[in-house]
Amino acid sequence: MNARRLTERLTGEFGIGIAFILEFLLFALLSPYFFTSDNLLNVTLQASITAIIAAGMTFVILTGGIDLSVGSLVAFAGIVATSTIKAGLPPGAAVVAGILAGWAVGALSGAFAGFFITRFNIAPFIVTLATMTIWRGAAFVWTDGRPVWELPEAFAFLGTGRLLAVPVPSIIMVVTFLVSHIVLTRTRFGRHVYAVGGNMEAARLAGIRTGSVLRKVYILSGSLAALSGILLASRMNSGQPNAGVAYELDVIAAVVVGGTSLAGGTGSIVGTFIGAMLIAVLRNGLNLLNVNSYVQQVIVGAVILLAVMLDRLRRH
Amino acid sequence: MTAAPLLALRGITKRYPGVTALGGVDFTLASGEVNCLVGENGAGKSTLIKVLSGAVVRDGGTIAVEGEEVQLGAPADAARLGIGVIYQDFKLVPALSVAENILLGSEPVHPRTPLIDRAAMHERARAALAELGEEIDTALPVGRLSVARQQVVEIARALSRNVRILAMDEPTAPLTERETEGLFRVIRSLKARGVGIIYISHRLEEIFEVGDRVTVLRDGALVHACGIREIDRRGLIRAMVGRELENEYPRAALARGDEILRLEHMSSDRVHDVSLTLYRGEILGLAGLVGAGRSELARLVFGADPRTGGRIVMEGRAIAPRSPYEAIREGIGLLTEDRNRYGLIMQMSIRENISLANLRAVLHGPFIDRRKEETAARALADDLRIKAPGTGTNVESLSGGNRQKVVLARWLNTNARVLIFDEPTAGIDVGVKYEIYTLINRLAAGGIGVIVISSDLPELLGICHRVAVMCEGRLTGVLSGEAATQEAVMTHAHGTRP
Repeated sequence: MNARRLTERLTGEFGIGIAFILEFLLFALLSPYFFTSDNLLNVTLQASITAIIAAGMTFVILTGGIDLSVGSLVAFAGIVATSTIKAGLPPGAAVVAGILAGWAVGALSGAFAGFFITRFNIAPFIVTLATMTIWRGAAFVWTDGRPVWELPEAFAFLGTGRLLAVPVPSIIMVVTFLVSHIVLTRTRFGRHVYAVGGNMEAARLAGIRTGSVLRKVYILSGSLAALSGILLASRMNSGQPNAGVAYELDVIAAVVVGGTSLAGGTGSIVGTFIGAMLIAVLRNGLNLLNVNSYVQQVIVGAVILLAVMLDRLRRH
Repeated sequence: MTAAPLLALRGITKRYPGVTALGGVDFTLASGEVNCLVGENGAGKSTLIKVLSGAVVRDGGTIAVEGEEVQLGAPADAARLGIGVIYQDFKLVPALSVAENILLGSEPVHPRTPLIDRAAMHERARAALAELGEEIDTALPVGRLSVARQQVVEIARALSRNVRILAMDEPTAPLTERETEGLFRVIRSLKARGVGIIYISHRLEEIFEVGDRVTVLRDGALVHACGIREIDRRGLIRAMVGRELENEYPRAALARGDEILRLEHMSSDRVHDVSLTLYRGEILGLAGLVGAGRSELARLVFGADPRTGGRIVMEGRAIAPRSPYEAIREGIGLLTEDRNRYGLIMQMSIRENISLANLRAVLHGPFIDRRKEETAARALADDLRIKAPGTGTNVESLSGGNRQKVVLARWLNTNARVLIFDEPTAGIDVGVKYEIYTLINRLAAGGIGVIVISSDLPELLGICHRVAVMCEGRLTGVLSGEAATQEAVMTHAHGTRP
């Protein structure tokens, strides 16, 4: 039983893990700078913004849904957070208020989408396509298309600070993944997420409040998108209305490469983490090898296709 | 020397890692004959049909059609040889019309153009239906037809492809009694055209009604093959199970306690003014034709559908569950019909499916205590004799009977005091049926109030203490003791009040 479990895991979520290790070794061989602590920490920093969102997206996709609004939320939450910081409170309180306001934008957006999805039974794709458009527009309306500048020093720590040489966003990312993993595998809510994605009606008839589960996953996804938006604004030291454009696609790619099925019901947080890292390492390695950025796009796309294809072959 | 049979399978063998699904099975089918293939779940019926349809490649044995040995390695081979299969879930496209479905993949076109000749298509579809003695508007989308008519369309599609050998897997499972008669009429007209039919069903009455011969499989081996007149019901069950079942329906003595559930004037869009009382320790049957509102009544009590009127009194207290979540908290459980669609989460393990309705019981703080969960699931799996390598096995790999046991275990794992079973033995073999009856008896003996919905009337009369009959959403009678006869139930089921 245990030997079988191990093989299953090796070919399963760690199947992508093996691909990740191979990729890692390849770049280590090709570039002398790749396998240095500076560079590796840099990779985690680069990955952190989309990876944090991908943790939330994993919950959504596990229920068989999708959240397209995350990229726009990165911008809008960043704008609201930075604007709040500039509202005139004393510096310390201003940063805290800004973070809370930014997070509230994400959570409320998720609650709003969840309400339409569960109350009116509208497809998540459509609801979040609408909120994606609404929040992007709202970000431009709010700022009149101009960035929010001149933020206090204290705010920059979130995105640019380091603790024991490790970038703060990387630490936040790791904590997010640890907590998400525990919630998904060890709590009742996590189990319900899998059940709802596996068979919504059967889950309801087993006494699961499916509407509540769905609303929670969209609130979670919105909240983590907002968190990323705040980190990004801190890193750029400004709130940008055009931040996070097309992030939803990078995020979905990380989740899918990590083996989570778009149909819902199967997948894992560990898989998503490896998926996000695989893509980040790929981008970083190609940069180090001076691969032209247009060519990089072609390669990243091909790797996504390859990874998902291997996953399909394994299942059949 | 007689002519070669339409179809002759010799020594068909199929092995999977660790299992021999078929161990040298012989099977013959003559033109214009119905050969019923029976056996318990896992006996090898489905594998045999899959071999025949080219979906599964056999490891050994020969297949001959009209005396000529044929290769059968892919579904395309089966189609070329005139072999068709009607599965339980139809392979129709709901949004396309009847005609488009019947001629899907072989649409007639205007000469030398790629354009579909619609007139010819409808003409040919109508002709195929007429051969079955059926008349259906060929322009209607298939999704708007009843299940029975969809099945007719499926059969017409097979016919339009010159099928000579037709296998039907549990074709009557979704049909009402009247529709079943319609299907038998269609089968008789197929026989008249010389089509050979392989008929799979768990309903023994049907086999005796429609079959010419019967072939019994057990554990992947042929155990009996004979003319239908050479065997009786008891003999057939003995061949299937491999032992004598002293009593098909074990009946528990009624130890009727206090009232546990009282329904007063229950109403919804499908249920009209139903009042009914259930007692502790009682097994109450709910009979009626398909569509009489029995499942709908169960769903109302369970909070799964909105109620428009009426009152539910549980253990002397009025309750108003608005969701299954609330009903479960009040101590009501529902084993839904169609376990695959409404019961199980296929991606989950046996353990996870069992604990699903009562995760609260295995929580340790905010976390699921895996060891506690495993202990509870294992105890139930052992008690119900679920056949699987372990509780970590995915339910998808289980047979129908074992899947049903998993759903049963889920509800035993809750502290339900009222359990409603909706078609608990549909598609389940005789041996496992017996186990389920025994379990229902045990539950009742333990003081639980049980309601059983079933379209299998002998079963209901066999295990229930009282039988309530519904027709068109109304309760038309409650029968018990001597008064509960098949005739009486059918009279009430057709809406005739005494």
